[in-house]
Amino acid sequence: MSSSKPGVGGAEPLRKEVAGRRPWNRRHVLDTDDWSREEIETVLDQTRAMREILQRPIRRAPPLRGRTVILFFAEASTRTRVSFELAAKALSADVTNITASGSSVEKGESLYDTVRTLQALGGDVVVMRHASSGAPYFVAERTDAAVINAGDGWHAHPTQGLLDAYTLRDAVGDLEGKRVAIVGDVLHSRVARSDINTLLPLGARVTLSGPPTLIPSAWRCGQLPPGVTYEPDLDRALDGADAVIALRLQRERQETGLLPSLREYARVWGLTAERVGRMRPGAPVMHPGPMNEGIEIDAAVAHGTRSLIETQVTNGVAVRMALLYLLAATVPLEERV
Amino acid sequence: MRFDRHAFEAKGHLVVPGFIDLHAHLREPGFEDSETIETGRRAALRGGFTTICAMPNTEPPIDSPGLVKELLGRGHGVNGARVHYVATITRGRKGRELADMVELAAAGAVAFSDDGSPVQDPRLFRSALEYARVTGRPVIEHPEDLALSAKGVMHEGTVSARLGLPGIPAAAEETAVARDIALARMTGARLHLTHLSTGGSIDLVRRAKADGLPVTCDVTPHHLAMTDEWVAGSRALAWEVEDEALLAGPYESSTKVNPPLRGRADVRALWAGLVDGTVDAIATDHAPHASVKKEVEFDQAAFGISGFETAVALVLGGVGVHWAALGTVIDALTVGPARVLGIEVPRDDWTVIDRDAEWIVRADEMASKGKNTPLIGRTLTGRVVATVVGGEVAYEGEARVTEAISRR
Repeated sequence: MSSSKPGVGGAEPLRKEVAGRRPWNRRHVLDTDDWSREEIETVLDQTRAMREILQRPIRRAPPLRGRTVILFFAEASTRTRVSFELAAKALSADVTNITASGSSVEKGESLYDTVRTLQALGGDVVVMRHASSGAPYFVAERTDAAVINAGDGWHAHPTQGLLDAYTLRDAVGDLEGKRVAIVGDVLHSRVARSDINTLLPLGARVTLSGPPTLIPSAWRCGQLPPGVTYEPDLDRALDGADAVIALRLQRERQETGLLPSLREYARVWGLTAERVGRMRPGAPVMHPGPMNEGIEIDAAVAHGTRSLIETQVTNGVAVRMALLYLLAATVPLEERV
Repeated sequence: MRFDRHAFEAKGHLVVPGFIDLHAHLREPGFEDSETIETGRRAALRGGFTTICAMPNTEPPIDSPGLVKELLGRGHGVNGARVHYVATITRGRKGRELADMVELAAAGAVAFSDDGSPVQDPRLFRSALEYARVTGRPVIEHPEDLALSAKGVMHEGTVSARLGLPGIPAAAEETAVARDIALARMTGARLHLTHLSTGGSIDLVRRAKADGLPVTCDVTPHHLAMTDEWVAGSRALAWEVEDEALLAGPYESSTKVNPPLRGRADVRALWAGLVDGTVDAIATDHAPHASVKKEVEFDQAAFGISGFETAVALVLGGVGVHWAALGTVIDALTVGPARVLGIEVPRDDWTVIDRDAEWIVRADEMASKGKNTPLIGRTLTGRVVATVVGGEVAYEGEARVTEAISRR
């Protein structure tokens, strides 16, 4: 069994035509939980090259010419979909969209049907967003295309994890020994899981903070992954931290009995300028967006000097270009046509 | 063909009384694409079960004396297991009003259960226990507090935290077990708690038994052999070392079952319960599903594992590593369930087992219509080579199995 997740097999990797600089032989990007530090660094290095392309007057390179990228978003998302679309187009891929909404049961078309359609359409890369954790594995097992998980349920959002790691490393340097606080609704957050899975192999430690009802119970009870701690008191979680990532709070958490009130949440776990001041001087503030200003983050912090929130968006395109390149390039990046 | 016990024993096979399964789903009437009485009876025989209890979550549900009589008239062919029918506790399994329990028992219902949709209203469940006492039939309770399990799809623990799947906490079962035992204590009814999956549940039953309450319980082969790591792709049985070569993909819906596959400590507690007599029976909760119910996203998939045909191998695996004695598990498959039902073990029903036979679980070799088991493709040790009903050999394994054994 190769280093990719077992059971997700199929044809040879698309990218074999291009000699990689470093080992990176993934067929899919479903989760980064089993990635080595070297694999993550390969993607981050590639991202740097992509940033350079994005700074050119004409933001277009040929590596994915002749490839078709299908964006399959079964859950509403404009930001991530547009980011992938720009990334694919900057690498000269043909891009097409399949949108579906609602669950398979309600809408009549099952994920199985959609997979058969995707397979028949013959796309080279399928970028998918889905409300069910694990749905990208279902698709990856049943199609020849390379599958990139653009967010599945509460499970993973690998490109967000990678872009956060890239952004952090750019801001604070080597992540070895650095401590990153992740604050908010960890239980329902695919971003939190992917951030943890990407930051830990790079040597960072993670402190989770947030209401006890929004932290997975096993993690709250001390069965945490090595390198991760839980500190309910946000002030203490932030003391001396090297960075903080605030998570989006879904308003319906209050209605389902997980929160007393949004007002209390904002007071106890909201990122204020005063709290941010407890971190190391200059330590950055990040957020995957879209933000609820005044709830999980104050406007002054979101738009302040420490905020990297817009940089995250820019880096997101570059990370997605890097992954598309590594998965499906037909010609090397450097080749001018 | 009349059964010649000595011929099988001469080959070194184990000959034991036919197994009795307290908990199975035959899907007929209503869901014949998943299983029928006939395919279920054949699958049972392949697993060594000569008597099975069919759960009433059919369409229509088995909630009327007429339907019980009608079903008892079906499925008497020689190539299948004997079938008892469990009737519902409440009309339509809706948990609002009692079914006609006295008449259902008179019509031949062997027990009562709203399996899968356990009665949430404790007052109504109390009434059900009072009525069950009059009928002399046990209530087979699927203990689950539906408000606590909510939208959970797997055991709540480190694996659900990692996979980002909504969890079903152990307490969803344990609070229901505690409630049920309190009501059994109050009513004196025969309460049978089915498919217990947590150490906490076993502890509660152990204490209830020590108090002399007429409470019994069963556990399933899959809860004895698999952990929640199976949802993440592990395919190592609980007593095996994790092996890369055995890994499957994560989020396989064949691992989705209710109650969910639990943690390692729970698995050990179930075995401990078997050994000390807290657990009375091993029941399969055979839950076949048509592939359309399982070939979907994990959270959308139906709960259930097709269990008849792999039960013996799983249970014998634990015996092989001395987690329980052979006699203990055979009792839990024969006299244990008979005692729960208050029936005699049929005298001329036999199951013949080759404890050393290694075989690979293959979907196309299963007699059940439900191929929904995470064991597909796995090698197991221990297989039923023949099953005898009423002195007649009703099932005999394929020749090549026997050949493979004799070649050794």
